[in-house]
Amino acid sequence: MTDSNKLPSGQTRIDSIEMRGISKRFPGVLASDHVDFDVKSGEVHALLGENGAGKSTLMKILYGMYHPDEGQILLNGKPITITSPTDAINYGIGMIHQHFMLVPSLTVAENVALGLPSSRGPLTDLDRVSKRILELASIYGLKIDPDAYVWQLSVGQQQRVEIIKALYRGAALLILDEPTAVLTPQEVDEFFVIMHQMVKDGYALIFISHKLHEVVEISNRVTVLRNGKKIGTRPTSETTKQDLANWMVGRDVDFVPDRGNIQRGEVRLKLDQVSCGSDRGTPGLREVSLEIHSGEILGVAGVSGNGQRELADTIAGLRKVSSGHIFLEDKDVTNFAPGELTERMLSYIPEERMRDGMIKDFTVAENMILREHHKMPFSSSGFLKLKDISIHTDKLISQFHVKTPSQETLAKNLSGGNIQKIVLAREISRNPRAIIAAQPTRGLDIGATEYVREQLLGQRKRGAAVMLISEDLDEILALSDRVAVIYEGKVMDILSRQNATRERLGLLMAGVHPEERTPA
Amino acid sequence: MISELFTVTVLIGILASGIRLATPYLYASIGEMFGQRSGVLNLGVEGQMLLGAFAAFYVALTTGNLWLGILAAMIVGALMGLMMAFVTVNLHAQQGISGIGFYLFGLGMSDLLFQKLMGTVETVKGFPPIKVPLLSNIPGIGEIFFSQNLLVYGAYLLVPAAWFVLNKTTLGLKIRSVGENPDAADSLGVSVARVRYFTIILGGTLSGVAGASLSIALLNVFQQNMTSGLGFIAVALVYFGGWRPWGVLGGALLFSMVNSLQLWIQVLGIPIPSEIAVMMPYVLTILVLVITVSRVRAPSALTKPFERED
Repeated sequence: MTDSNKLPSGQTRIDSIEMRGISKRFPGVLASDHVDFDVKSGEVHALLGENGAGKSTLMKILYGMYHPDEGQILLNGKPITITSPTDAINYGIGMIHQHFMLVPSLTVAENVALGLPSSRGPLTDLDRVSKRILELASIYGLKIDPDAYVWQLSVGQQQRVEIIKALYRGAALLILDEPTAVLTPQEVDEFFVIMHQMVKDGYALIFISHKLHEVVEISNRVTVLRNGKKIGTRPTSETTKQDLANWMVGRDVDFVPDRGNIQRGEVRLKLDQVSCGSDRGTPGLREVSLEIHSGEILGVAGVSGNGQRELADTIAGLRKVSSGHIFLEDKDVTNFAPGELTERMLSYIPEERMRDGMIKDFTVAENMILREHHKMPFSSSGFLKLKDISIHTDKLISQFHVKTPSQETLAKNLSGGNIQKIVLAREISRNPRAIIAAQPTRGLDIGATEYVREQLLGQRKRGAAVMLISEDLDEILALSDRVAVIYEGKVMDILSRQNATRERLGLLMAGVHPEERTPA
Repeated sequence: MISELFTVTVLIGILASGIRLATPYLYASIGEMFGQRSGVLNLGVEGQMLLGAFAAFYVALTTGNLWLGILAAMIVGALMGLMMAFVTVNLHAQQGISGIGFYLFGLGMSDLLFQKLMGTVETVKGFPPIKVPLLSNIPGIGEIFFSQNLLVYGAYLLVPAAWFVLNKTTLGLKIRSVGENPDAADSLGVSVARVRYFTIILGGTLSGVAGASLSIALLNVFQQNMTSGLGFIAVALVYFGGWRPWGVLGGALLFSMVNSLQLWIQVLGIPIPSEIAVMMPYVLTILVLVITVSRVRAPSALTKPFERED
């Protein structure tokens, strides 16, 4: 670059943004408690914290969506006031939201142009917008078709549209709110390449995350928040994952829980050449065969969308098997209804916990008994036995450490971690014979993740057969006795714990068979 | 008897009155379409039309000026729209229910004003047909398309205008985005509230004109409940037309042509029970709705109040 003050987009750099003593109070919570935070041109500053630690609140203040009760913001050393996203954009601050702020029914160009004045007055000037989009995209080698409709794009591509949108508006500082949460590992790598280039070019990036290895990999500095308070800021090179985790949670965190030595028992769940369709009409599963024993966790690894959802759904009775058989303890349960599988003590922890795991507008107590509400002791002769339900719920709330104001609280008002605890409590407390756990820790913070993993190991110890479907390789490796890799609906291979190295799994996940096979 | 329908004169008559009868539907439906594209379902169209019809008629009757009548209808419709906007945008009221409230208000209020200010049914001399030079001389076509009154022409011009605004202007882009993903629009500095106020007030204004087109251009009288469900059909036509101006036009034409046909059947005394004849357009609407609605996706944010999330 010739002009050191300019970014490749032509925008002037932001040398520094400083937030001083920022406080924000919501009814009943101090979401941000005198927090200091700053970011400079040419660095990635990671903002790390558990869910509810105040990361998003702080950043929404910087982006003008919330107004701080106390504190000030300085741009290049001068105090500024930001009262709306429009103000933030005018100061060169852009935000990539965790849930993309795109209109699916509009084209890329229309999404980018939305809200901006047009060179043609009241008429849109999409040709011009498209040209500029292509210019900006070429700087970072992003492939983007301005005329494509957003609904046609993959999640990774949509994220690029968000970046372009911010650059188009002249952003010199980007707030990236959990940008990797929705990406596949490959997309994350591509995304990091773009981030590296942007930092080199002089952008200031704020990276919000609760994934430690990503923070360690990408950031120059890291600030940890906990319960709305800043715990500290450090150069990333001077910290370790373990330090950061302890900071975040406020106590020592056990990354690799003790698995103990468990003797596995008889086969509890068996799939024999199971095939099924998918929502897209293409085959979902292709002749999948596997067995899970009592006292065993079988991990199912794979890149998102390779049949994991179909696998969980068919076993749970939510999707029709087109050929093959499923056995639960020697009984052929192929295409049994979910209710019958419940009777046979199969438990299911679904991937979409808010949609499939519970009823948002039901109370904690009602959700706790969803699966067995029609049976003793929760009801008799069609009448709910509210007293017994209440006793049962109280027991589970304390046993599973569910943080809820009361059992009458609606599920939707709880945090993701607590919602998952309710699902776990309901599914596990009945002492199931087999458990299907689909992405059980996705989106949970470290504390809750640790808890869920402990519970699954506890079930293994008790003698249940556990299928753990996860896209998080660390999780698979930490918990599984054996690992099945699924690719395009087929089980590529099943590896024993000893043979399941990251490299080998990675190849299988990409559909490549390593030369030497290891029978399970 | 049926063969009487197939004489040239009758066919031209059916088509010409079909074109004319689509007028109120077009104003009301295009207005309603703007509201729905921005995410607001206004079921109060009927009430807005009734008050618009009364205002236009009364002002035209007392001042003798039809244009003042139109203006009055627009103002009354806009005020109704303003109230609807306040209730749905600021108070986050359930849209279907509040719309029905506004319908009942319009129904009652127009009747009350009619009783108090007029008392008896009177007539005005409405907008006269205007023959478009040259074009109106084309046999058949001229009579069907180019010998109508001003409000009829206006209704048809509204369709391409609406299409243009929706698809070619920044305002249209804002309206579409607010109806699909208000959070996204909000994050880009688009005021969701302002866009919705605009579309609801525009919808009310056009509903007022729709009412006026009945009372001072097509029927030239005002009676209690003279719209008799027309405003609700207009809402249905928006669904029918897949939230697109040309689709709405197609729906309005289909409906009014069938309506015109059944009127002529009655006029000619063809022995079909009049009840059956009157039902025809409605049955047709239901059938077409059943067939078409499932294929077209409604704006995602339709009927959802917008509130910034925490």
